[in-house]
Amino acid sequence: MSGYSLRGLNWFNALSMGAKAVDGLPPSLRVADADLGRFIAVVADPDNRFPRARNGEVGLLEGWGLAKAVDDAINADRENAQKRPIIAIVDVPSQAYGRREEALGIHQALAGAADSYARARLAGHPVIALLVGKAMSGAFLAHGYQANRIIALRDPGVMVHAMGKASAARVTLRSVEELEALAASVPPMAYDIDSYASLGLLWETLSVQQIEQPTTEDLARVTECLKQAINDVTGSDLKGRLGASNRAASSRVRELLRAQW
Amino acid sequence: MTDSAALLNKHSFVELGARQRAKALLDAGTFRELLDPFQRVMSPWLERQGVVPQADDGVVIAKGLLDGLPVVIAAIEGAFQGGSLGEVGGAKIAGALELAAEDNRNGIPTCAVLLLETGGVRLQEANLGLAAIADIHAAIVDLQRYQPVVGVVAGSVGCFGGMSIAAALCSYLLVTQEARLGLNGPQVIEQEAGIEEYDSRDRPFIWSLTGGEQRFASGLVDRYVGDDVAKIRQQVGELLQQGLPVQPRSQRAEWFLQRLASLDTQAQIEPSVVRGLYQGERS
Amino acid sequence: METLSFEFPAGQPPRGRALVGCVGSGDLEVLIEPGLTGKLTINVQTSVNGAQQRWQHLFARMFDGTTPPAMAIDIHDFGATPGVVRLRLEQGFEEIGHD
Repeated sequence: MSGYSLRGLNWFNALSMGAKAVDGLPPSLRVADADLGRFIAVVADPDNRFPRARNGEVGLLEGWGLAKAVDDAINADRENAQKRPIIAIVDVPSQAYGRREEALGIHQALAGAADSYARARLAGHPVIALLVGKAMSGAFLAHGYQANRIIALRDPGVMVHAMGKASAARVTLRSVEELEALAASVPPMAYDIDSYASLGLLWETLSVQQIEQPTTEDLARVTECLKQAINDVTGSDLKGRLGASNRAASSRVRELLRAQW
Repeated sequence: MTDSAALLNKHSFVELGARQRAKALLDAGTFRELLDPFQRVMSPWLERQGVVPQADDGVVIAKGLLDGLPVVIAAIEGAFQGGSLGEVGGAKIAGALELAAEDNRNGIPTCAVLLLETGGVRLQEANLGLAAIADIHAAIVDLQRYQPVVGVVAGSVGCFGGMSIAAALCSYLLVTQEARLGLNGPQVIEQEAGIEEYDSRDRPFIWSLTGGEQRFASGLVDRYVGDDVAKIRQQVGELLQQGLPVQPRSQRAEWFLQRLASLDTQAQIEPSVVRGLYQGERS
Repeated sequence: METLSFEFPAGQPPRGRALVGCVGSGDLEVLIEPGLTGKLTINVQTSVNGAQQRWQHLFARMFDGTTPPAMAIDIHDFGATPGVVRLRLEQGFEEIGHD
């Protein structure tokens, strides 16, 4: 087993310092209510009951656990005019790949998480995703991609993608080198955060001094950015992601559909 | 009716292309396609990678009536690029669902049917496919506050990747024996986890875990139907008439967590264990 | 991938349009629309490189001794055999004939 990332945990600890932990959730989730809102992170649990989800992957317990953590906030604020912000700290290497996962319907567990995040947004909770590490494929769909606003820290280790390079090369019948060459000229295929930003999906990218373990200054900077993002949330949809020239077809298709509807 | 007469009367749904499937489900004469192939709204990303595009980017959007109900159908063509979703095809589905939700906010009760044959994200458009799938998830959750969204996985591609999550978000899900439904494709699991964990060439093993029959027996889908146009049409109509489910499957976190807590995860899993775990207490 | 263009003498444009096939393995998609009077144009995008002659022969044989309608044909080919190409084109011609 390869080493796992501690970024998500470190940022969670720093951002939720002194906050009240929410318990009753799987050990691979960290959830706490701080002044800014409810912070949620998926972290590595080397003792995870599901062996294929021990390195911070989003598996069955994580998917359903995220759903529960978000539902809990929705229910608690149901009668309140002011809905607490929900901040997903994203450092997820992948969904869990395994026999138990497929058999027990990991797709359904991830749908549970996506459903809850989307309902929170529709209920008026500002939902923010803070990318501090990997945001890969199904794991990101379950934890972060339903956010009103996505913020990414600027670092080579922060990346969004549909599939790891080795698997992507295999599936598209290319070598990793060929894939990299192609990715350099096709922005949606690239793995770096600047190419991703060019698709218009990020609200903000932010540089920090120490990505692995934030400094006091980093913390202040990111907290300020989160506040701005929360205040910036007006509607409950994802329209803010449209408009980039590298995602022009997504807007054009919608315009044509509306005209022909 | 004799057996052979029944066989002659049976029309396969699985063998139909996406456009024919959409037509077959809608009331006669009501099919109206949006962004039809002659408008040539094609992928802006495939040609530059040397991949031949398709005029509708592999997705058919059609409005019409189903048993008199206003419905929008999004049908994925599994034969084109494995039914993979790129920017255009993904935006067609997301955009159609968004407009259906908007209809409902304006008092028009448009519901949706998704015909899913897809491996998930089209890797040539990677991050734009993934983003489109997140939009599709968002739109399904929005729309099914008002009207049911019915997912159909008929086969033969099955439904995988981010679109298996979309399937799992649907109000109701209908499958045939030819359907497979799962997050990760068998080869990717084998590559990531090893052949001991998942042998991608062992077809009976894979079908026993992710095939339509097993998914139905495990309560992870709502209907299990023979591959027959009339039967599928009838069941989709019934599901739409049923209105919204009391508790959608994707909103049962507590129940699933409780079931998973009672599972012995030391042993490797068997299909019968899944059936017992998820269905044992229901019947 | 290769993009090829062909032109043949033709009669009047047809009234209808047609779509047959799909860009699946060993298959092709054919879109037929009314063209300009006297001209039949065919644009081919194919996954198989170096087959210009083969397409030329195939079309020439199909239209030999006839005056085809003035059509604008778009073909998206994913490695179809000449037999499949011919079949799809004939299906398409039949469909516009019915319109």
